[in-house]
Amino acid sequence: MIAERWLNMGVLLAFLAIPLWALAVDEPFTITLATRAAILALAAVGLNIALGIGGLVSLGHAAFFGLGGYAMGILGFHAQSFTALELGPLTIEGTKSMPVIWAVAVVVSALAAWVIGLLSLRTTGVYFIMITLAFGQMFFYFAISWGAYGGEDGLSIYVRNGFPGLNTLVPIQFFGLVFGILCLALALQARLRLSPFGLALNAARQSPARVEAIGLNPMRLKLVAFVLSGAITGLAGALFADLNRFVSPTMFSWQLSGELIILIIIGGVGRLMGPVIGAALFVALEHWLGGLTDFWHVWLGVVLLGIVLFARGGVVGLLTGKAGPHV
Amino acid sequence: MTTLLIIEQVLNGLQFGVMLFLMAAGLTLIFGVMGLINLAHGSLYMVGAFAAAWVAGATGSFLLALGAALAAAAVAGVLVEMLVIRRLYRAAHLDQVLATFALILIFSEGTRWVFGSFPLFLDIPDALSGPVSLPGGIQYPLYRLTLIGIGLVVALFLWWLTARTRIGIQIRAGENDREMIAALGVDISKLYTLVFALGAALAGLAGALVGAIQSVQVGMGEPVLILAFVVIVIGGIGSIRGAFIGAILVGLTDTLGGIFLPELFKLFMEPGAATQTGSALASMSVYILMSAVLIWRPTGLFGARA
Repeated sequence: MIAERWLNMGVLLAFLAIPLWALAVDEPFTITLATRAAILALAAVGLNIALGIGGLVSLGHAAFFGLGGYAMGILGFHAQSFTALELGPLTIEGTKSMPVIWAVAVVVSALAAWVIGLLSLRTTGVYFIMITLAFGQMFFYFAISWGAYGGEDGLSIYVRNGFPGLNTLVPIQFFGLVFGILCLALALQARLRLSPFGLALNAARQSPARVEAIGLNPMRLKLVAFVLSGAITGLAGALFADLNRFVSPTMFSWQLSGELIILIIIGGVGRLMGPVIGAALFVALEHWLGGLTDFWHVWLGVVLLGIVLFARGGVVGLLTGKAGPHV
Repeated sequence: MTTLLIIEQVLNGLQFGVMLFLMAAGLTLIFGVMGLINLAHGSLYMVGAFAAAWVAGATGSFLLALGAALAAAAVAGVLVEMLVIRRLYRAAHLDQVLATFALILIFSEGTRWVFGSFPLFLDIPDALSGPVSLPGGIQYPLYRLTLIGIGLVVALFLWWLTARTRIGIQIRAGENDREMIAALGVDISKLYTLVFALGAALAGLAGALVGAIQSVQVGMGEPVLILAFVVIVIGGIGSIRGAFIGAILVGLTDTLGGIFLPELFKLFMEPGAATQTGSALASMSVYILMSAVLIWRPTGLFGARA
């Protein structure tokens, strides 16, 4: 059995080492795969704050992922077509600057998470799962039928947006940027979990009645967690859109929400590195099994079933020998 | 916009609604009795449709095809229940979601493996093809009318089954207190398998019936699954009556919204923008309905407990 701290360090080092090795042997595609894994991990780190610590099983996080993606898509689209975005009395210029796009993605998805959370947190259990799914589906269908930004076909952005001082079109530089953000998000989550807020949120998951009895508002704790969670997933969405230079309604699909949950469960619910391990394994499986057979989803399904039935606590639980928190 | 069109669309909405009810009834029974979120219910719908299309292609008989759909879905349901689901009854919702999501992957890709990616076709039987004249001079497809009839008969059957039979009493007792009913000597695990098989058979029947008016293809189950979840959440999980009312509401909202919302927006917007806004809103209308119901009543219209 390995101590979780050493496991976490090892995972991060391996995550950094693989693209560096790929750079050395000139395999840019592996770097792109690692970037994809890092972005999915970031989205899942966001979800893990709501799901792992707060116990909020959201099957609608694709809403925030997609909003982040469309924040990038819409701003990038206006920048490449040299048109301004008219929003009533407001006129917004498009932009190719990543920091600006990230800020917009975070703010927009945080606002959406606030509204969705305010309405959804009235329900619990299965009803919460279903109402978050419904909100995700609303965005999905809206994006499909909204023709101005490509509708069902999606929107291509021809040149990757820029970050001051970096050439983001070089795979390893873009990976470094994404990896840096992932580390920041992980540091935030680690800090959050031990903060008074995180402890209270953890308690609110385990026993809302007792939290209320000592004078805290469990509803507000959960709402803050949900907003934070949505904002991080939204940021990941903006990065994902930049990786593919393409946004489409599939970023809003419920399968994506399901996949984010899967990433967390593969790794370990509520574990700091759970989403990272889950995303890395998922992308590796997708690539490796996808190369072996066209029907790799069958085997993915079998692996997932095995994890649920025989390895509760995910990979982290398996390696450290401790079951994770119960959601 | 004529009265004829409105009546026709209402009938379409009803037809869609009763087919959703076939899916939702199984889902709500399974959740109510066993506390299980079964995302793989849409796969059973697909299994029914494929079995029907395959048997109809081989024998040419629609009745045999329906029988095959019921049998194949029920058998698949029993297998899944005994191999996988049985281990999940006491697990967290999260584990159930993941395991049944995994089942979707296995069913969908497995079907693609066996039948290929091209859609199959299931023809409407000759006896039921063509339109029928309704009072008031409305021409309506006989097959769709038959679907409404079948849906209503199944609804009546389910009401009779749960309210008037010994099995029904056990099912309802199982919803309330599974330890107590086990203590009273009912074989709870046999009851669970039975309820699961019943739900699966209904889903398979719906798949076969709808398969004749749409194409039979991999992935056909998921959109219906999501709508069926919307239905049972609106109706209140565990309630057959709620599932029926929810299904009709969702069927009507979805069908009528698609037709009338663009028209409604044309009253105060230019036609192009009105069509776009209207159809965007229409495709979201079911989900707006659901969140409105949940915000108003957090456990659905007829739901008793969270």
